[in-house]
Amino acid sequence: MSEEKQAELAESAVLDGPAQPAPGGPAAEYEVAQGRAKAFYERFDRKEELQHQTHYCPGCGHGVVHKMLARAIDELGVQNRTIVVGPVGCAVFTYYYFDVGNVQAAHGRAPAVATAVKRAHPASVVISYQGDGDLSAIGSAEILHSANRGENITVIFVNNAVYSMTGGQAAPTTLLGQKTTTTPDGRNAASEGYPLHVCELLSTLKAPVYIERVGLGDNKQLAQSARAIKRALENQVRGLGFSLIEVLSPCPTIWKMTPVEAQHWVRDAMEKEFPLGVFCDRTKERLERMTAAPAEPKARPSLDELPRLLGVAEEELPEGNVGQIPQGQQVDVQVRIAGFGGQGVLLLGEVLAEAGLDAGLEVSWLPSYGPEMRSGTSNCHVRLSRQAIDSPLVAAPSVLVAMNEPSLRKFDRSVRTGGWVIYNGDAFPADCVRDGVMVLAAPFTRLADELGDKRAANMIMLGALLEIAGVLPQASIDAALRRLVKNPRWVELDERALGRGRELYRQSLVEV
Amino acid sequence: MRKQLMKGNEAVVKSAILAGCRGFYGYPITPASEIAEAAAEWMPRAGGVYVQAESEVAAINMLYGAAAAGVRAMTSSSGPGISLMQEGISYMAGAELPCVIADITRGGPGLGNIAAEQGDYHQVVKGGGHGNYRTIVLAPHSVQEMADMTALAFDLADRYRNPVVLLADGFIGQMMEPVAFPQAATAPHLPDWAVAGTAESRSNLIVSIHLDSDDLEKHERALEAKYKAAEQHEARAEEWCAADAEIVLVGYGIVGRILKAVTAEARAAGLKVGVLRPITLYPFPVVQFQRLAFGARVFLVVEMSNGQLLEDVKLALNGSRPVEFFSRVGGNVPSHQEVLALVHELARREGLTRAAAEQERMAHV
Repeated sequence: MSEEKQAELAESAVLDGPAQPAPGGPAAEYEVAQGRAKAFYERFDRKEELQHQTHYCPGCGHGVVHKMLARAIDELGVQNRTIVVGPVGCAVFTYYYFDVGNVQAAHGRAPAVATAVKRAHPASVVISYQGDGDLSAIGSAEILHSANRGENITVIFVNNAVYSMTGGQAAPTTLLGQKTTTTPDGRNAASEGYPLHVCELLSTLKAPVYIERVGLGDNKQLAQSARAIKRALENQVRGLGFSLIEVLSPCPTIWKMTPVEAQHWVRDAMEKEFPLGVFCDRTKERLERMTAAPAEPKARPSLDELPRLLGVAEEELPEGNVGQIPQGQQVDVQVRIAGFGGQGVLLLGEVLAEAGLDAGLEVSWLPSYGPEMRSGTSNCHVRLSRQAIDSPLVAAPSVLVAMNEPSLRKFDRSVRTGGWVIYNGDAFPADCVRDGVMVLAAPFTRLADELGDKRAANMIMLGALLEIAGVLPQASIDAALRRLVKNPRWVELDERALGRGRELYRQSLVEV
Repeated sequence: MRKQLMKGNEAVVKSAILAGCRGFYGYPITPASEIAEAAAEWMPRAGGVYVQAESEVAAINMLYGAAAAGVRAMTSSSGPGISLMQEGISYMAGAELPCVIADITRGGPGLGNIAAEQGDYHQVVKGGGHGNYRTIVLAPHSVQEMADMTALAFDLADRYRNPVVLLADGFIGQMMEPVAFPQAATAPHLPDWAVAGTAESRSNLIVSIHLDSDDLEKHERALEAKYKAAEQHEARAEEWCAADAEIVLVGYGIVGRILKAVTAEARAAGLKVGVLRPITLYPFPVVQFQRLAFGARVFLVVEMSNGQLLEDVKLALNGSRPVEFFSRVGGNVPSHQEVLALVHELARREGLTRAAAEQERMAHV
């Protein structure tokens, strides 16, 4: 036991001593067996004067569960480290009572909030405190997934079979036949389904370390509840993982019972539907696993290391081949590249843009869709310019690279006068011929196949394009290719493909 | 400064980490998924946290938790996902929690499509969640601005203790341009109001509930005062060839880029055309609009949505100048030829063409 913990326990023992008579008042006629837990505030400041008592109704289970939780916090000596995430529902005001860090969450979302709080501060002790409407209805996804991720948090789930705060509507946990304001004739399985068993459901998961259902039906159950709650918290302190304690809890006000009747109903009615017990306990195996293989410490790079780690450190970026394009040479390359998905449309454009950047030009590359489309057509816009690029959209390309006929027919009318179309096909469709637009048509896919892989067709077309554009230095193209193509076999093939494309263009001039 | 080619979405994540962001909570959606993917790759290596949430609802509430714990944190999504996050955004504004949300917009309503549209303007700029709150909204129009404005978004979020949205269309998120990053990283800093699981922070409370009417009114008035201060200090816009503009083109995001191309051609044709590009959509750059209204004959709002930006422009100009409108939706983009044709038509109507000016001069002779 840590010294801090021992000191806290010693202090709490003093607090728990016999009640002192108020100065000048009558002597106490009783002894306090368990005084106010240290994890509670001394006074519950809520509203006006005379409202310093709890906001819970007489006979409500929340006060009892709060007390068990506060006592567990005391006993484990973790008050400073504890953060209670409060729900929406009757327990929305957990922060009135718990003298710990407090975060109040949206309806049902406490486990999501707790997840992030705990991951932000792994040394903290995070408790998600929730009711049955909050946890089992609106928050069913959040509880399921935080349990399934095995978040190292403690969930206290107070189940009273109704929405109490809003006046007694049916919850997923409402018993069959139970009358509520929204099941006026009693819950009917045919239309409202059956009571939801959260512990049973979550215990099918592999990640949680401890799941137990307890009750507040009698003193024996109370004692077990206190033990379970402490254990769930202790699991977290030891870093074992996700623990959830469901507490069957009386709500005399909504149930329209006396506190004593309500307590009996927990035992006689609720417990029949929701059996008490441990549904999952992996405490021992987790402890063994932790001892055998302690968690690896998290990466904590220094601030100075970050730019390099992220690959954005300026000194590690290539110098490029700036200044090789003759001064005074106009550069305004506007390219549209289109084809089927898988033809390397985007990569063709990327190599062009990367080479342009390497040569010191302003560049832009814009795909016409995201990478999630697995079939269909694909196209991209590339611009290279000496000036800042206004619009990255290429409306009237100076070069259209059409890797198939549908792409040609989609974009051929947009090519500007004086521009080029590079077309992948045996014959250029006669009806696509336009005055003032030059054409280089060749069976690029077949040519690529002859070079060794038909997927290199894009690079043959790029070779032709580079000849047409005529601005980029070879060094920039080499550099771009090596930056974007990692496999040496492909670099070699792509280089041959680029050369083949250049040759094809020059031959076409001779033919003309 | 040396630059590298990068997608806008990736630039957001790298800039965020350099700005001290150490938490990312998200859910995949096109066209924002590259942000989550980049965060999954880089956030843990930088010592931060990445969690793929079970839904956008969970993601925004994780962001609430991370912010409450004092961590600079962010999420990203697109239209439908942002709709799901709205309740959480309202909670964060109410609890005065800083965070950054990148909305890389797509076509809507409903499932719509995955092409770029700007139909999220209202739900983001006007605050799609419940109650009296605002979010600060930044609208980058290049990859460099995606990087720069991510860092700015974290600063503004902390300064105003309020969510800040980076609103970019799918084009800006998906395109690659050269970008440079700051070479010094910002150190994460724990705010003194954070709930951090320490003795010093034990009395801290993060909450958005104020049961008493007077308390809630006081709280909401304090929020309003904060928004007023933001309106005074944070409104930003880019003026492009606007000083002598008679026709002022208005658009944000990718449209801002198209309008610059239109301006170049219109100027070449002798028309005095300029661009006013709002960079902050809330606070809206009202003063810039009113100043340009002195010299302008007409404003032309171009957007990829159904007149959502238009409403703010009309409010800013308050009837002082005519406001014309052109839009394409559904994932279609206004081409610069379409907008240019409209500009010429407006110039003729307003008597701003060379021929019209000549006629007017002759009439006075």
